[in-house]
Amino acid sequence: MTPIIEFKNYTFKYRSQAEPTLLDINLAIYPGEKVLIVGPSGSGKSTLAHCVNGMVPFSYPGESTGTLTVNGKDPAKTGIFGMSKSVGTVLQDTDGQFIGLTVAEDVAFALENDCVEQKEMFRRVDEVAETVDIKKLLDHAPTELSGGQKQRVSMAGVLVDDVDILLFDEPLANLDPATGKRAIDLIDKIHREEKKTVLIIEHRLEDVLYRDVDRIIVIGEGRVVADQKPDDLLVSDVLIKEGIREPLYVTALKHAGCQIKASDLPQHIETMRLEEHKQKVQEWYSHVTLPEPKHEKEAALEILDLDFSYISGNPVLSNIRFRVNKGEMISIVGKNGAGKSTLSSLICGFIDPDRGKILLNGSDIADRSIKERGEVIGLVMQNPNQMISKPMIFDEVALGLSVRGVPEEEIKERVNETLKICGLYPFRNWPVSALSFGQKKRVTIASILVMNPSVIILDEPTAGQDYRHYTEIMEFLKDINEKFGITIIMITHDMHLMLEYTDRAIVIADGQLIADDTPANVLTNEEIADRAYLKKTSLYDLAVKCGITDASGFADRFIYFERQVRENGRVQTSDV
Amino acid sequence: MNQKFGIKQVVAIGIGTALFIVLTNAQVPFLIVPNTALQSRVAVLTFFSAIYGPVVGAAIGLIGHALGDALFYGSIWWSWVFPEAVFAIAVGLFSAKYKVKAGGFGGKEIVLFNVVQIIGNAVAWILCAPILDILIYAEPAGKVFGQGALAFVGNIVVAGVLGTLLLVAYSKVGAKSGSLTKEN
Amino acid sequence: MAGSRLLTYKEKDTWIHRLSGVTKMLFFLLWSITGMLTYDTRVLLVMLVFSFVIFWMSKTEWKQVGTVFKFILFFLCLNLLAVYAFAPHQGTEIYGTMTVLAFSGRYSLTAEQLFYEFNIMLKYLTVTPVVLMFIVTTNPSEFAASLSRLGISYNVGYAIAIALRYVPDVQADFTKIKHAQEARGIEMSSKTSLWDRLKKMSMIIFPLLFSSMDRIDVVSNAMELRGFGKHKKRTWYMGKKLALNDYLTIAFVVVFMVAALTITFSHGSRFYNPFV
Repeated sequence: MTPIIEFKNYTFKYRSQAEPTLLDINLAIYPGEKVLIVGPSGSGKSTLAHCVNGMVPFSYPGESTGTLTVNGKDPAKTGIFGMSKSVGTVLQDTDGQFIGLTVAEDVAFALENDCVEQKEMFRRVDEVAETVDIKKLLDHAPTELSGGQKQRVSMAGVLVDDVDILLFDEPLANLDPATGKRAIDLIDKIHREEKKTVLIIEHRLEDVLYRDVDRIIVIGEGRVVADQKPDDLLVSDVLIKEGIREPLYVTALKHAGCQIKASDLPQHIETMRLEEHKQKVQEWYSHVTLPEPKHEKEAALEILDLDFSYISGNPVLSNIRFRVNKGEMISIVGKNGAGKSTLSSLICGFIDPDRGKILLNGSDIADRSIKERGEVIGLVMQNPNQMISKPMIFDEVALGLSVRGVPEEEIKERVNETLKICGLYPFRNWPVSALSFGQKKRVTIASILVMNPSVIILDEPTAGQDYRHYTEIMEFLKDINEKFGITIIMITHDMHLMLEYTDRAIVIADGQLIADDTPANVLTNEEIADRAYLKKTSLYDLAVKCGITDASGFADRFIYFERQVRENGRVQTSDV
Repeated sequence: MNQKFGIKQVVAIGIGTALFIVLTNAQVPFLIVPNTALQSRVAVLTFFSAIYGPVVGAAIGLIGHALGDALFYGSIWWSWVFPEAVFAIAVGLFSAKYKVKAGGFGGKEIVLFNVVQIIGNAVAWILCAPILDILIYAEPAGKVFGQGALAFVGNIVVAGVLGTLLLVAYSKVGAKSGSLTKEN
Repeated sequence: MAGSRLLTYKEKDTWIHRLSGVTKMLFFLLWSITGMLTYDTRVLLVMLVFSFVIFWMSKTEWKQVGTVFKFILFFLCLNLLAVYAFAPHQGTEIYGTMTVLAFSGRYSLTAEQLFYEFNIMLKYLTVTPVVLMFIVTTNPSEFAASLSRLGISYNVGYAIAIALRYVPDVQADFTKIKHAQEARGIEMSSKTSLWDRLKKMSMIIFPLLFSSMDRIDVVSNAMELRGFGKHKKRTWYMGKKLALNDYLTIAFVVVFMVAALTITFSHGSRFYNPFV
């Protein structure tokens, strides 16, 4: 069989860069295959995808050597329009890809550009809407849809063109865990029923492996580092070396000292053979001891019976009650649109509750203005580009102080000190635009930290970050939490984050608080996970399959063990 | 002017217009006279005209002003819609000379940009708008020239301050990071 | 929320809703041009009655347009006062006579001035209901689609579609950014100096504009990947063929315009003068 995509000794260098981004790539993908491409940020995995759909070299110019053939054509000669007949690309940013004013128009977009007759469009849009299950949404505007629904629309929009190859660029980046699971399911269904060749670019390996893939290609520093079947790859140490997170159950088995073999079928925990390893896992479980639970401290923030609605009779939040202790690091989780952001808006004073109180260090803050609250409660937005309003790093961090009329000398001192804490001091005179996404995130955290808040709320602090950047950001947050006793509240749907870095999780579903418990308990409770669109952690399955009844205790021990491994300097990320 | 009219330009018009419309609501009134306020949307129009040239600028001015007026105020003052495009075209005609994208928006370019924006604003608001007001609505000359002068002052302040700042900042995005060194 | 004041399309089933967007736009354009050109009080009065009849037929509810309508009235009053303040004798200049009703000196109130300002008011009021009706009865998708029928390049039609598509997103970004900056201490209060307010405004516009520049890149990539601009023409999913009612409406407005302008200019001036 001839490959549908074939790279031969392919090297590519962007015009704006000195070094090639892809180096001597040799890769063959066959019709009907489903391939996962993983690699850390900057490894070249996105560039690889751009070569396939023609964005390289047409939108991102540069020079290449070697050959690339996609569906018998050379993308560099065929152009983006030509390639769009063979390759359908689903982008990471579902809002950016949703161009039409309504679902139906967006799905029909490619057909419109091809001058297809209206009648024929109606037929094909209906047909493909059926496939991805959005038939009821056809006349909806994008603002009425959830992230998962928008992604389905994006899929429909490329399927309508009857392409042979489907390319997914980080399809899970903006979805909550349960929705991500459904997306992987749908991709799998399309792959099987429509007989497409599927390429998925993603660093959330465990989530993609929810359904079978034929091969995993690991890209590291512009080269193909591994091209293996999942079972083979998971037993090797390639992933750890390249800074990609292994599935949690694999890490747990390794911690327990198990030697996993490909014949154990580690691709899915549900079907993995664990007979040989059971014993060791149980032994490990009984050996690891947990530290004494931290005792209750003073409350930093208390939320008392909060109700809120934009339109009366249509509550967004009702009866929310919880407390956050001083120096705690907690997560607020729940599906997209459950009311998590509304909650942080209430705490910051952007909107006022219909009922209930918010106490900060014991006193009601109802009368305090947004600005006054901002001095004690810092808010860090998900996208640093939406916060940064000064071209230079120093000025950006100084902003909060200078608008409050702090004397120049003091500003200088406090900003420099904060920049040192955040590891940004060497860059203080740089323009913000020269920084990476992760560094920009640090700048936004620094600009909050400089005001000495007692509570910091972060909205999705690690969204879209690879494992190395994720660890970097989270370790930094843990550091300021421990060193300065700052209370940290994170709004997230990253379950690794909540498991690994937070002591407690507040779970919100449909405007109600449905759990206030340790992350291990939340993520091993099927009912709560279902209602809040979370996903049960694979540690739960591992524990159950190994005959450990206290699955949550098992998860707790795993996390504790992991933290110790990390603190002892054996951080399992590559040092780049 | 030598830019071809491609997808980028279409999208720039679309997003620029959306920004223009949204910012219609974000103005700092400085006198209670109709149609005069420090309009932040002028900064957006200036910025897009300087970067994408006269066609994109004029389109954002026309569509943005007409749609913004219609959506927020339910009426369209055509005599104030067209001058918006006149201003955008003036600024946009010299877009290549500002070298914003190449990272060269410095002293000389800032002066040129401001001279152009002041002339553009003068033609648009002191000349076009009042004349159209007189022709279309037969409004008294004293009143419309007064309004025009106020709009002129407001707009040169916004374009001069916000526009310049935005362009300087955006120009830095294009600057090479290779020239930067870490300091201890 | 700041966006709540925005007028929006509302689906209903009246013959006006069923008209093509192009028809309504042509009607609205020709109607406002007529309204702009004429100062003939008789023509304006007829137009006013027509506007309100059409508005009533479109079954538009008060709550859809009430806020905006009140704003327009307020603005109209302000404008009428401004005209009086700047040129209290514009009416006399136009109509050639001077009938003082009250006061004396520079600000003496004349019947001519009142009549002239009454005409200005009519001009606004004849156009406003049509604009309001156009917005609340025209499906934006269908509108963008039908622009190409007027021979306008689909690039323009699509730019408008993108603008309408992203207004809510940009509005949401704006609110988010504004809030986050307020929490950092940037308040848009009216107490501070102009310079200070400008600086604070820049702190909201900077992030909004620069994140929008990223969005332009993403959206244009997405459109290119799905073949936008491949051919000289494109079809529209929401396109609508013109029906009999459309042709009748267009014919009506053209005939009306010709008639109105003929009457207006028949005696050499665009003003109807009851004073001589």
